[in-house]
Amino acid sequence: MSSYIEFQNVTFGYPDDEGNVTNDVIENFNLKIEKGSFVAVLGHNGCGKSTLAKLCNAIEVPLSGKVFVDGLDTADEEKVLDIRRRVGVVFQNPDNQIVATIVEDDVAFGPENLGVDPKEIRERVDEALKNVGMYEFRTFEPHKLSGGQKQRVAIAGIIAMKPECIVLDEPTAMLDPRGRREVMKTVKKLNKEFGITVIFITHYMDEAAKADRVVVMDNGKVVLDDEPRKVFSNDETLKKVGLDVPQATELSKMLVRDGIKIPEDSLDIDELFENIKAVLEAQ
Amino acid sequence: MLSDITIGQYYKGDSLVHRLDARIKIILTILFIVIIFLCKNFFSLGLMILLTVLSVLLSKVPFKMFFKSIKPLLPIILFTVILNMFYIGGGTVLLSFWKIEITTKGVFTAIFMAVRIICLIMCSSLLTYTTVPTALTDAIERLLSPLNVVHVPVHSLAMMMTLALRFIPTLIEEIERIMNAQKARGADFESGKFMARVKAMIPILIPLFVSAFRRAYELSFAMTCRCYHGGEGRTRMKQMKLHVSDFVSLGVFAAVLAGVILLNSCFARLI
Repeated sequence: MSSYIEFQNVTFGYPDDEGNVTNDVIENFNLKIEKGSFVAVLGHNGCGKSTLAKLCNAIEVPLSGKVFVDGLDTADEEKVLDIRRRVGVVFQNPDNQIVATIVEDDVAFGPENLGVDPKEIRERVDEALKNVGMYEFRTFEPHKLSGGQKQRVAIAGIIAMKPECIVLDEPTAMLDPRGRREVMKTVKKLNKEFGITVIFITHYMDEAAKADRVVVMDNGKVVLDDEPRKVFSNDETLKKVGLDVPQATELSKMLVRDGIKIPEDSLDIDELFENIKAVLEAQ
Repeated sequence: MLSDITIGQYYKGDSLVHRLDARIKIILTILFIVIIFLCKNFFSLGLMILLTVLSVLLSKVPFKMFFKSIKPLLPIILFTVILNMFYIGGGTVLLSFWKIEITTKGVFTAIFMAVRIICLIMCSSLLTYTTVPTALTDAIERLLSPLNVVHVPVHSLAMMMTLALRFIPTLIEEIERIMNAQKARGADFESGKFMARVKAMIPILIPLFVSAFRRAYELSFAMTCRCYHGGEGRTRMKQMKLHVSDFVSLGVFAAVLAGVILLNSCFARLI
């Protein structure tokens, strides 16, 4: 697999009131994201997760180092539109990213900006809305939808641009558990069925556990980078950077500590349930 | 409760008037205003009343909706009526007391003015009742697009209007949230003198402004991420196409204009 997004020694910081950059949010950061992969980025607040999202599609440009998207340098101003067309970003608050008063008009906003032919926009909008399960709401006003539905409309707005990669910056932080499940399911589907590369920034361990790969960040650096099972077995390191392990993993570990012989790396409730059932049946 | 608010005054329907192109509707409204000011006697005004009633019937918007929009303007209509009755002289004297005389011409002019204002209100409300706000902003953008030549940022203005419409419900929700938060801390918005109540609004306005700016900031990021780069090279999903009914309605209005001019010249002028 070739890398789709590549961070090479990236340093970035926001200027203070005098215009000097003193605190680097991200320092000497290196990361490669493979095409078609589902990567979760974990970290507590202020660790540089959101900056990562903005660096991915040239909203921000690194102070030093390079970010490449599909071989394109994000610092190249002429390529900015090509990059943004490839990498779509979904933000935390769905209210602040919906631009139109009707759902289908909002989904059409991206393709309209790209100058796509009206007939094709219509097709893309219908298809995108069907893919996120919001087609029957196409003539609704966004403020009449629930948080999870709004966030799915925002995702539809991105996929109507036919991106190759979607970056989601804590898309579930403002949603209730049901909305979170809806969004997660949609994102998983996009990744599996359409091969869209997904970078899922979150601070929910249970969501990160569903990814193919988990990158844990702290102070603008990568602390852990592996498949979920291996990352969550490092509970010492995770606790040190202010994160937890998924509840299912934590419970398995506690059971192991109490002398019960079950695998200690369960990632979700279903897996834990099966493991406990196996132990009980063996007795 | 809040989810019920509808933006603008749109009255949902699928009538002939609803389906007319928004651009045509704006042009027709302007045309209507021009024609009604050209009316000089009751015959031409009668033609305009006919046109108004016909459009309203075609729109299938109930009359009580129009009454609702006339109601707040009743004082102005009454004021015009009284002013005209007392100040315009001529014709036979109907009533005279003290220094005031009410004449037939005064009464006729008063009625004429009142009818004219009511027709105006009905026609302009018909535009907002039968057109969705977004279609209106879209139509305004397209109608004003020739101004691009003289560097008027038409697209940006239309985009601002669209975004304003989009954020009205969001900001109303926000106000409610802030008010509840302040009430929970003991703020009192209902009692006290006028100045006290105005002062009590400040703790609502400041957080509202702060959050509005934050929303604007995030929205600009989201729009940039979706490749927004102004009106240049932008296409539209919903194309505005003129249909036969649009041309027919334009034709009807042209005929009415001709009729009004004819009736003006055939009969004696009132004003």
